[in-house]
Order: sequence, then structure tokens, then C-alpha cells
Amino acid sequence: MWAGRVGCRRGSAGQGDPTDTAERQEGPAPAMEGRQCYDLLVIGGGSGGLACAKEAAQLGKKVAVLDYVEPSPRGTRWGLGGTCVNVGCIPKKLMHQAALLGVMIRDAPHYGWGVAQAPHDWATMADAVQNHVKSLNWGHRVQLQDRKVKYFNVKASFVNTHTLCGVSKGGEETLLSAEHIVIATGGRPRYPTHIEGALEYGITSDDLFWLKESPGKTLVVGASYVALECAGLLTGLGLDTTLMIRSVPLRAFDQQMASLVIEHMAGHGTRVLQGCAPERVEKLPGRQLRVTWVDLASDRKDAGTFDTVLWAIGRVPETASLNLEKAGVRMNPVTGKILVDAQEATSIPHIYAIGDVAEGRPELTPTAIMAGRLLAQRLSGQTTDLMDYNNVPTTVFTPLEYGCVGLSEEAAVARHGEEHVEVYHAFYKPLEFTVPQRDASQCYIKMVCLREPPQLVLGLHFLGPNAGEVTQGFALGIKCGASYQQVMRTVGIHPTCAEEVAKLRISKRSGLDPTVTGC
Amino acid sequence: MSSNHLILCHPLLLQSFPASGSFPMNQFFASGGQSIGSFSFSISPSNEYSELILDWFDRSPGSLRDSQESTSELRRRLLGLIEGHRVVIFSKTYCPHSTRVGGQDEGASVQEVLSEITNQRTVPSIFVNKVHVGGCDHTFQAHQSGLLQQLLQQGPAYDYDLIVIGGGSGGLACAQEAAVLGRKVMVLDFVVPSPRGTSWGLGGTCVNVGCVPKKLMHQAALLGQALTDSRKFGWEYSQQVRHSWATMTEAIQSHVGSLSWGHRLALREKAVTYVNSYGEFVEHHKVKATNEKGQEAFYTAAKFVIATGERPRYLGVEGDKEHCITSDDLFSLPYCPGTTLVVGASYVALECAGILAGLGLDVTVMARSVLLRGFDQEMAEKVGASLQQLGVRFLRKFVPVEVQQLEKGLPGRLKVVAKSTEGPETMEGVYNTVLLAIGRDSCTKKLGLEKIGVNISEKTGKIPVNDEEQTSVPYVYAVGDVLEGKPQLTPVAVQAGKLLARRLFGGRSEKCDYVSVPTVVFTPLEYGCCGYSEEKAGEVYQAENLNVYHTLFWPLEWTVACRDSNACYAKIICNKLDSDRVIGFHVLGPNAGEITQGFAAAIKCGLTKQLLDDTIGIHPTCGEVFTTLEITKASGLDVTQKGC
Repeated sequence: MWAGRVGCRRGSAGQGDPTDTAERQEGPAPAMEGRQCYDLLVIGGGSGGLACAKEAAQLGKKVAVLDYVEPSPRGTRWGLGGTCVNVGCIPKKLMHQAALLGVMIRDAPHYGWGVAQAPHDWATMADAVQNHVKSLNWGHRVQLQDRKVKYFNVKASFVNTHTLCGVSKGGEETLLSAEHIVIATGGRPRYPTHIEGALEYGITSDDLFWLKESPGKTLVVGASYVALECAGLLTGLGLDTTLMIRSVPLRAFDQQMASLVIEHMAGHGTRVLQGCAPERVEKLPGRQLRVTWVDLASDRKDAGTFDTVLWAIGRVPETASLNLEKAGVRMNPVTGKILVDAQEATSIPHIYAIGDVAEGRPELTPTAIMAGRLLAQRLSGQTTDLMDYNNVPTTVFTPLEYGCVGLSEEAAVARHGEEHVEVYHAFYKPLEFTVPQRDASQCYIKMVCLREPPQLVLGLHFLGPNAGEVTQGFALGIKCGASYQQVMRTVGIHPTCAEEVAKLRISKRSGLDPTVTGC
Repeated sequence: MSSNHLILCHPLLLQSFPASGSFPMNQFFASGGQSIGSFSFSISPSNEYSELILDWFDRSPGSLRDSQESTSELRRRLLGLIEGHRVVIFSKTYCPHSTRVGGQDEGASVQEVLSEITNQRTVPSIFVNKVHVGGCDHTFQAHQSGLLQQLLQQGPAYDYDLIVIGGGSGGLACAQEAAVLGRKVMVLDFVVPSPRGTSWGLGGTCVNVGCVPKKLMHQAALLGQALTDSRKFGWEYSQQVRHSWATMTEAIQSHVGSLSWGHRLALREKAVTYVNSYGEFVEHHKVKATNEKGQEAFYTAAKFVIATGERPRYLGVEGDKEHCITSDDLFSLPYCPGTTLVVGASYVALECAGILAGLGLDVTVMARSVLLRGFDQEMAEKVGASLQQLGVRFLRKFVPVEVQQLEKGLPGRLKVVAKSTEGPETMEGVYNTVLLAIGRDSCTKKLGLEKIGVNISEKTGKIPVNDEEQTSVPYVYAVGDVLEGKPQLTPVAVQAGKLLARRLFGGRSEKCDYVSVPTVVFTPLEYGCCGYSEEKAGEVYQAENLNVYHTLFWPLEWTVACRDSNACYAKIICNKLDSDRVIGFHVLGPNAGEITQGFAAAIKCGLTKQLLDDTIGIHPTCGEVFTTLEITKASGLDVTQKGC
């Protein structure tokens, strides 16, 4: 596909046969003279890789980072820092903020500000966002330099269990070997394989944040949080946006919350087509795209015209070009992700994988960072602590943000049985919504607890403004083993949305009405 | 034989219970005398009484002593006895066995707890219908004055089970909860107009002239900032954006009005009687309620809750009441205040200054001394600096001595003469509006409290209560801002009010926990905190036993907007001697209110630095900064962030 498998050319030393794993037992081959030796090599300069590299260097190790961004099929490329900085969290949250500011501009007249509805200029925003991202790229370079981490802008692949070959943009090769190797290459957006025109005409989140011009009328395909976030921010920026979902949105998240998120998006201008699957993308004369899709329930075909089609149907781990076979690193054949143990070690004990490329790990920047740092500390003998992947909080930055930590209601019931789970919930109205009379029908909180005293909190789900900020502290509470009673005994901060969490009195079991009563 | 005191009481009580001729007093005495280790006993004419005695004595030699029952448990049990019986007398017997069973030990603690409850150290200590009448002399007096008879006849004789004076957050919460528990409840609420004539409806400070309108105006100010930011995020509007004070206040007042109405509906739904009258005690268990027209009515109740809150203080200098406004007036001011002098350094002062500056007005703050006294002073100074950055001018160490009107108008022009607190220096300034926010005085002086003997602090005018919100008069309780030494916050008052009602009428024992209460100052850059300030933590634990972790941070949203990269600050204070437990949490930044709440819950659950380090951040948020704090103050390392 777009990330073509590139074998490491080692000049005269014979083309590596991808199936040849004989070398891996032998250590560095004698033919590799002139290679550079390190204590630790990190493949991938994203959040996890950089954190690991910097921490190891700090602890006195000789470290190099190999990072190379394969351009997207549409030719988008970026600098050091990985997905989060370049095509993930950072530009996403900034564009989300731009969209929120649009809402604030609409609110402002109610609060006395004499401002008319303003048009939005994509180019201005994109320029500002991209400049910030570039400054972060630069910042990462400087940080590596400060910590004496060697940075190679090369595409890496395994030669054997201790050796990597790095190929630069110009085709120059470098051989590097190390005692420990960390794979942190992350993932890239998936393109559909059976949809005509998908690859030729579609873009992904890799391209969206680097577009110089507005995407215009956009079809976002997918049910992932990336899909929902992109559709939400495009709608917020005033673009005609359609979100097409094949089955359920936000799979693996709490499904009641997921439907509320979708309900809110639909109520705020995103056209949501649920139970539909695209079949074909065609280019019309004059740049526009015609998309044909099928309604899976009725089998009825429909079509629409868009300026942009954005695929957000999932991500594939970036392992294809690593020649993992050479080192004998095992992958899950279905997901393509690298199998790891609790130490983050792969099937080869001195080769590790962290972040989105590792099987079964949450695909989140802060987890990758923490895993990377802990790994570096363990490698340097500073600690034996393992990364705890439980109760990782996260937030979906849809126009109405959804923050959660711990178990979904479904997962709690599956784990403990319905009769042992008590769910406290409430709809609420943020004070700031009152004056501009914004609709708060989806502002909702639920806390999933064990039913038996002391009613340990298993999960918290918060849908509302600033959900990210609200959720963080409660994530700590859950880490501290908070009980329902303890949360209820916490005095609220008035008037905030977060205080509603400390006022959850109605259990689902009681059947009482959780909707807002008056004020 | 029993004590002399009881013998003195004996005829009186017989007299008081004409229907109890066969009142088993002697039997009781005998019982008291024969019971092993009887130290204290109670008395009541009913049959349940004897059970009580047995229970008491059965328990006292064993469980009371051996289990070293904590004071609070003992206290709860004593209160339970008092609550559950018409007449209870605590006294001493000189039982020959008492020494043998160690009765003196628990006797001392009973006496200790009793004196806490009643402020009376001596025995006998007599309760009639849950009211502490006093000792022997008091009981005689009460008998002569008729109070004793009144007390004995009470119950159904009172108009209400509970009268709450003050319809603010705490009062309403208490009243509604009591009503839900099936009691007959009345709320007396009356807003004395401010010197400028501002008045409002039911709901108290928070709803009408506090949190709610304040937060909405804060939001208006934040939207002003958002408008400036939004240009950088691609939103295009070229025209000069002006702010209309009238549009804003109308919208806010309409919301406040709806809340006030909502409170009335809620009272009606729960069958709480609401009377829009000023309540004051005229005698025990009786208040006079005076309405706007001066019409008086009298109501009695078994129990009272004082929840009258506070009102802004005036300077006491020439021209202040005539020409200055306070936060009571600001939120419904019918005209834009224009160039404003805010006098004071309280959170109210800084919040108001921030709002006005955020709306584009020229604002000066005159502060006598430190900003945000009682808060962490490093944070307070940073809050001040953030206001300064917004264009607020500060005049520190000056106090106004005179306010003159130069010109009438809406707003007019006022000349303020101020004097240095450090020397003879004076200064003058001309403003459209002078807003006083120098503190608040509790509304306790005109409640007739002296008539029934409710103590108030002479210095502060506040009402001291025990840990069950009980005043010096046992049937009178107080919640909210009138309490001495308690946080003055709506959610605290609400919680205290609810729990009080549940204890009084619901058989519950949970008390309001006033420790580690989170709070937020809604200045344009919000400041949230929970637990100790650095200063206080140093006093309590010694500075060398503390680890203070801190950092400046640059919210992601501020980068594109090119806002200051070193204005936001996060700090936690940890106790080294207690596994680096987090005892103070401070954050200055956008949405501090939303951030702080969850951390407060975590602190309640015993948050430590290790747990902070182990918790994964939510990226990209401001709150995540607390999961990656590395630099201690002691290290002296640089915490500044690189900017645009």
C-alpha cells in the first residue's frame, strides 16, 4: 500500500531475504563494520519514542532516535514528534478550540458583545496551527540535542537482532547497532481497500490538519473517535459535514455515552448517516467528488457530492517496513501489532515495543510517554516498576467533550454482573448555557460503582464542556480507590460542571428521573 | 444515696408532672442507687425510661470504659438520649461501687462531653424536651418563668417543627431536606435593600448577588477574550466589537429571576411554608416575622436554623453609603459602571475587577494590604499579576478616607481621597464608580439572638457552633456564612444544611466535613485550590517536612492565541513525613474550577505524589500538568516555559 515495504539495501552485503531469520542468533555480522554502536536505539520519534530516548540519555545511556515520516498517499509530510504533535492531539485540539470559539462567538451577543456571526477562514487557522506544530518539531529537535540524543532522519529496518539499517531521504544508508532496541513507530490511518476511488480521492487525518485550503463540504467516514472529532470540528468551523458510520460509534467506549455524543453532533449540524457504507468515490468534472453508498438495513443506494472525503476507519500499525522477520520479532497476524509482555519486551527480550505499535495498548500519547520513560528507567536499572495500563483516562474532543476513566457500564456489568453494579447518573445544565439558551440535553454524567459498600468507583463518564479538565482529577480519585461515598462527601466547587459529579444521587436502579429539574 | 441536687430537683419535677403522681422517681433513684457503677442517669416519666436506665447501666461499666468509646461516639449517644426522651437529668451519684468499677473515668468524659454540648460544667444538667434548661437554679427559674411548663407542653404545641431564618443556599437546603423527612417547616426570608436600594428575591447571596451572576459575568468577560483569540483561529470580523452592559445584565438578571422563582416552586412542591418577612427571636422558640409593609406575625417552632448569611461591609468614611456600590448592586446595575475603583483585596474584589476589566472597562484596585488574605500568597500575587496583565491598575497600601460626588449621572463622577497605610501620603482619583469589596459582615445583630441567649462572637458577629452546627442554645442551629471559622461557600452551606436536617429529623449521624474544601477564585485567569496554602502548611508541618512541586505551564489553546506562556501555574504541597501525601493543591489557569474538583475528590481519598506520578494524563489538557510535576521548589530549578 502507501507505506511500501522497503528492504534495507546494504550495498554489497547481499539483499536481505525477508524470510531469512538465521542471522538473528548471531549478533552483528562481520560485514557491518563502520556501524555506530549505542546502548539504545529507538525507532520512531513520536511521544513514546522520544520520552524513552530522552529518559535513557538522562540516565547516562548512549541513545539514538531514528525517525522518518513516510509521506501520506496525498503527499503530506511533517517533522519530528510523531502523530500526536503533527497529525493528532495537538492540531486536533487546536482546531477543536477554533470550533469552540465559533460557538463562543455565537454566544457572545447574548452576553452583550456586539458581534455578528463571523465567517471562518481556514487558511488563517491552518497557518497558525501549523506554525505551532512546526515550533514543537523544532522544540523536540532541540530537546534531543540538549540531552545528547543522536537524531537520524532515516527510515529504519532490522538487519539482525541488534542492528538496524537507516536509509535517508537521499538513499544514504547508515548501520546502527545497540544492546537494546525500542520500536515506537506508531500507526497510520487505514484506507479502505475495496472501495473504488478511496485511495485516489480520499484524505485522512494525516492530511486534514495540513490542508492549506478549506476542505469544503466534507464526508467523514468512520466511527472511531478520530472520525467523530474531525466531523465535529469541521461542522464547528461552519463546513457542511456528513459523518457516515457503518455500525456503532465509539466501539469499546460506553455505548450510552457514545449515542449521546452522536445525538449531540446531529443536533448541532453534523449530518449523521448511521448504518451506511460507502461503495465508490468518483471524481466529477471540476474537483468535486461523488460518493455512492449503501444503506445496510434497506440495501438502498444513495449518493452525494462532496469536496472532500476523509477516511477515519481505523489505524494500521507501522510495522511493514521494519523487516521484523530479520530480528524474529513476533506480531499479531490479524492486527499487525507487535506482541509485548508486561515489560514491553517483544518476543526478542532486548527488543521492546511501546505506544500505538504494541498489541493491546491504549493508543494514547500520555500512556506511550509513561511507558517509554518507565522502560528507559528499567533498562538503566533505576526501577523495576511496570507500566499500569488500568484506569487510563481519556477524552474525546467532540464539540461536546466526552471524558472517561475506568470501566464502561457494559464492561462493569460483564465483569461483575448486573446485580453487583450500581450506576449513578444525572443530566445537568452548565450555567454558561443558560444565558445563550444553549441546548444541554446531552450534558450527562454517570458513575459506575460496585453495589456493595463501600461502593468502589469503577468508571466515570462525563459528557460536557471541558470534559478533559474535569476528568483528570477524578482519574486520580479512582486511582486512589475512591468510593461512591467519598466522592459524594467531596464538597462541590460552585458553579462548575465538575461539581455535578459530586452530586450524583440518582441510581439507574431506582428508576428515578435523572433529567434536570428547573435549575 | 443520690446527690443533693437531685433531691432538690425532686419536688419541682413532681410538680411539673401533675399527671405522673405515680411517677417512679423513687424507684428510679433506687434503681440508680442499686445499679452498679451508676455514675450518671437520666429521668423521664415514661416507661421507656426505665429501659433506658438499664441500657445505660448495662453498658456503662463494660462497653463505655473498655472500648474507650471515642468522644464523638459518646457525644452522639448522649445526644440520642436527649433527643429520645422528654426529660433527661445528668447528675452524679455517690454510689459506693462506683470507684470499684471505675465509674469515675467514664464519668469524667461524660461530663466533658456534656459541657461541650451545654457549656455547663456542673451537674445536674437538665434537659426537657431536648432543650437544655440548665442546672438546678435555671430549672427553678424556668419553672417560675413558665418556660419549663412551656417546654413540657411543647411538641404539637409549636407551629412548626423547624423554622429556618434565611432563604439562601444553606437555609433552603436544610428546609427542603427537613420537609422531605416529613417535618413541618417554615422559611423566613427577607432581603433588606442595599444602601443603594438594590433588592432581590429568594435564594440568598449565591443565586442573586454571588456565584451565579458573578460566574455569568465572568463568562461574559471570558467571551471577550475568546473574541480576541478567535481572530487568530481564523474567525473574521472586522468591526469594532462593543459590549453592551444592559444586554448582559438583563440576560443575567432574567436567569437569576428564574432561579429565584425555581426556589419558590421547590419550596411549594415540598410543602415548605415560605414567608417573605424578616425574622427575629422575641422569646424562646418564638420569632416575630415582619413583612415589607411592617405587618407582624409570630411563629413558634421546636427547632430553628439561622442561615442569614452576610452582607457587604462599608468603609465607614464620609460618602461611602451614599455614593459607593457593592457586589450587592453590581450584578443588576442598570448602567455600565464606567471607570471603576474597586476597594478591597478579597476574592470578591478581584473577581469584580477582573470581570469589569474583561468587559473593557478601566479598573483600579485599591488594597489596604495583602491580596486574597488566607489564600496561598504566592498564588495570590500571581492572580494579582494576571489582573495587571489584563490592564487592572493596583494601588497597594492605600485606604479611601473620603468619597465625594463631583457629578450626578448614570454613572456619575466621584472623587476618592485615599491615605497611605504607611505614612501621611494621600492621593486623589476620579472614577465613575466606586465598588467596595472590603469584606462582609454577618447578619446576626438584629435577630433577637440576645433574647434567647445565642452567643455570637463579639469580634466577628459570627455564630460559634459545635461540630453539629448547634449554637449555645441547644434548639437553635446555624449554617452557612454566619458560622464562625467555617468556609463561606455555597456547596458547604448546602451540605451542612442537608446533613443537619438529616441529623435532626432523619436519625442520621453524618456531620459536615469542613476539611479540604476546594474553592475557586473566578478571576479571568481562574485560581483553584484545595487543602493548605504553602504558608499554613509550613506552620502546621514545618517547611523542612514539605515537598513543594511546581511548574509554570502554557495551555495549548494559548499558543496559537499567543497569550503569555508563563502566566499559568501549578503547585502541590506534599508532606514528606506522610508518604508525600498531597496536603495542598493550587492551580492558576483556564478552567481551574473544572480542574480542581476531581483533585479535591482525590485528596479526600488520600492522594500522594506517587499516585499523581502513576496517573496518566489526559492529553492535551491543563489538568494533565499535575501528573508530570518534577521540579521541587527546593531544587531551585527553572520552571519557565518558552513562549511564541
